[in-house]
Amino acid sequence: MSQKKQQVLVLYLANSALDSPVKGWSVYDGTGRSRPTTGDGDVPPYQTGLDALLDGWRVIQFPQLIPPYPNMEYTTSFQQYEFIFERILEV
Amino acid sequence: MALDKKYLLTTRQMATFVAKGFLRFDDVVPAELNERIMREIDAGGVKASRAATPLSQCYAGTAVKEMLDMPEVQGMIQSLVGPDPLFDHQAVHVRQPNEAAAQGMHGDSIIDTSRQAFDVQLMYFPHDVPLEMGGTLVVPGSQYRRINESDIARYQNFIGQVPIVCKAGTLLVLHHGIWHCGRRNQTDKMRYMFKIRLNPRVRQLRLWNTEDLEQAQGGFKPLFTRETYVTDDIQSILERQEPWFENATGRLEIVNRIKMWRFLTGDDHFDAHYWLTRIENEPQNLELA
Ligand SMILES: [Fe+2]
Repeated sequence: MSQKKQQVLVLYLANSALDSPVKGWSVYDGTGRSRPTTGDGDVPPYQTGLDALLDGWRVIQFPQLIPPYPNMEYTTSFQQYEFIFERILEV
Repeated sequence: MALDKKYLLTTRQMATFVAKGFLRFDDVVPAELNERIMREIDAGGVKASRAATPLSQCYAGTAVKEMLDMPEVQGMIQSLVGPDPLFDHQAVHVRQPNEAAAQGMHGDSIIDTSRQAFDVQLMYFPHDVPLEMGGTLVVPGSQYRRINESDIARYQNFIGQVPIVCKAGTLLVLHHGIWHCGRRNQTDKMRYMFKIRLNPRVRQLRLWNTEDLEQAQGGFKPLFTRETYVTDDIQSILERQEPWFENATGRLEIVNRIKMWRFLTGDDHFDAHYWLTRIENEPQNLELA
């Protein structure tokens, strides 16, 4: 009997627009067919977030725009534009 | 014995360290010494000293000490953290053959950002590391980000990340904050990497070979023009964006680098292309008002 399994794609974009360029990425594969891990590629899976939509991925999270905390305006930390996508596959 | 100045880092190398958070020195340790260090590691003979021991008192009589005493290595150490820094800790990293996954992305130790003084970590690769063997992965320019250790393990890949593929005897020297991980070893051999963390004992002020400092810093150039970016002066090195930087945050990294350069040179007015001077302007001129 076939089952539905989730694949998750995380894209770190250049700014808050979904069609801006990809700067970093992570993939988690619930089908078990692949085992992505840290440092396993130099070429991003898509050029922009929009390209992932065009290929059938659905966005499940948009990063919120949160103003910097006072006195932290120049502090850098995590990537801010983390967009999460999913794709459901029959396996 | 004083070290010959020619072994100290140049101003451009220092600026590259400030911008990227690491420097690499390929194939500097001779093959014969690499082999002896590998044998010492295999025999369990590379013993850590107590934390905060001056480095000169560590590793007595070992091949590791011979490597650390090489003038090329002393030049890196003294330029970045000064003479005879304190030994913090060591790690002999061994990655097993045919691993299923890589180490998660992280910064070493704990979040550490309330000071401008920095530690360095020396990473030493005693044998050739081809791409299938992994190599340590470093994310250039990540050293000023305020994150705590494995909080960033979710990040798998960045454009512009650098897998260290190198010849035996290669050394990296890294700012303590840099993001990195051990890539998956897909060969059937073990991979070794030996790391030492060092704490400075002196104020990190113009410790490198500063003969070319004034000339290398570069003069004023019109902002946002080709002229600003094509040169290889200190301002341009500090302003060069890493490919993974976000548009807006990338500009903040320039500010971080300028602040670090001011700290290292003791010049509170240094700027790269007006980025910091603009936001420091607090005019007090009443006559013109
Ligand atoms: Fe580490």
